[in-house]
Amino acid sequence: MRKSYQGIWTLAALAVAFSAFAGTAFAGEVTKYQAGERRSGYTYAKKETQMIQDDDLANPGYLWVDEGEALWNKVDGKAGNSCASCHGGKVVRLNDVATRYPVYNAKLGKMQSLEQRINQERQEKMGAKPYKWESKQMLSLTTYIRNLSKGKPMNVSIDGSAIPFFEKGKKFYFQRRGQLDMACAHCHVDNPGGIIRANTLTQGQSNGFPVYRLKWQKPGSIHRRFRGCNKQVRAKPYGYGSDEYVNLELYLAWRGRGLQVETPAIRN
Amino acid sequence: MAKARVKVPKSVKKGQAFLVKTLISHKMETGLRKNKKTGKKIPRKIINKFVCTYDGKEVFSSDWHPAVSANPYLAFYVKATKSGPMNFKWTDDDGKVTKKSVKISVSG
Repeated sequence: MRKSYQGIWTLAALAVAFSAFAGTAFAGEVTKYQAGERRSGYTYAKKETQMIQDDDLANPGYLWVDEGEALWNKVDGKAGNSCASCHGGKVVRLNDVATRYPVYNAKLGKMQSLEQRINQERQEKMGAKPYKWESKQMLSLTTYIRNLSKGKPMNVSIDGSAIPFFEKGKKFYFQRRGQLDMACAHCHVDNPGGIIRANTLTQGQSNGFPVYRLKWQKPGSIHRRFRGCNKQVRAKPYGYGSDEYVNLELYLAWRGRGLQVETPAIRN
Repeated sequence: MAKARVKVPKSVKKGQAFLVKTLISHKMETGLRKNKKTGKKIPRKIINKFVCTYDGKEVFSSDWHPAVSANPYLAFYVKATKSGPMNFKWTDDDGKVTKKSVKISVSG
């Protein structure tokens, strides 16, 4: 009796070892939605949701891309400039922005996200009012600019001056917070693929932002997503564009390195 | 800011059915939501009618009601008869109309 049990356990152990091996072989793959063990939220989405993202016309995020392109070419502010006045209409040089932001800004002495960069340029070069973070204009412009990098692998720099900010972002990610006493990692490192109430947890990768969320019925910035997550663990959220969130954005961009930019992605 | 996107094939054969895809930017406010701060109802504002005309006649139309999501996407098939414009019309609750027109080129 005892022996046969042992036999079963040996078999089970072998099966586990084999599946683990198969798992690593699979995890080494680099595909459109996967880079090593890193998987885009796309791979966790339902087929219906994936189909909306696959079809550029069905994807409502492109309404914001169109709007962003119009804003890109629109003259605004005292200086009589548009974004296109300096960068050109075809924006060839900016087609890797989504892969490398946030970047270290020596003048500010800290990391700067794309939204902050846009507002800095608007104020300094265009003499225009800054956009509000979650405004339609800002979302349109960031969606448009990040969409230019679509298909390119995320490749953010965490060297040199960025090191302390990267460490802060990483610490935030593993720091327990809120009444539920949970860190980002508890869901997105320990349990991707699991179910949280009616939703499937993903690795929480940032390569598709601003994402068009079906729940929101519009695109949202990654800081909106951070705030939502923080509220769900009953922690007090930080402000849009706060240093904490920009550092976290940097850590997430590094965490998803190699994943292709998907903006505007569709998520549930 | 209702803006519309439409996609049709570059050219179609006569007699063939082709796919028309449409997407329009709209909030589709149901009229059932309340403003969280004031407690007042947000008035209904949706697109309630969609009409597509081609070759001089109405080829597709539909009535829309609340529960259609924001930024509605609609796709349907139309049989190619002759080259010419295809017109789309979305009518808002307040009577505002968004129009869009694309060219259909039919071969053979």
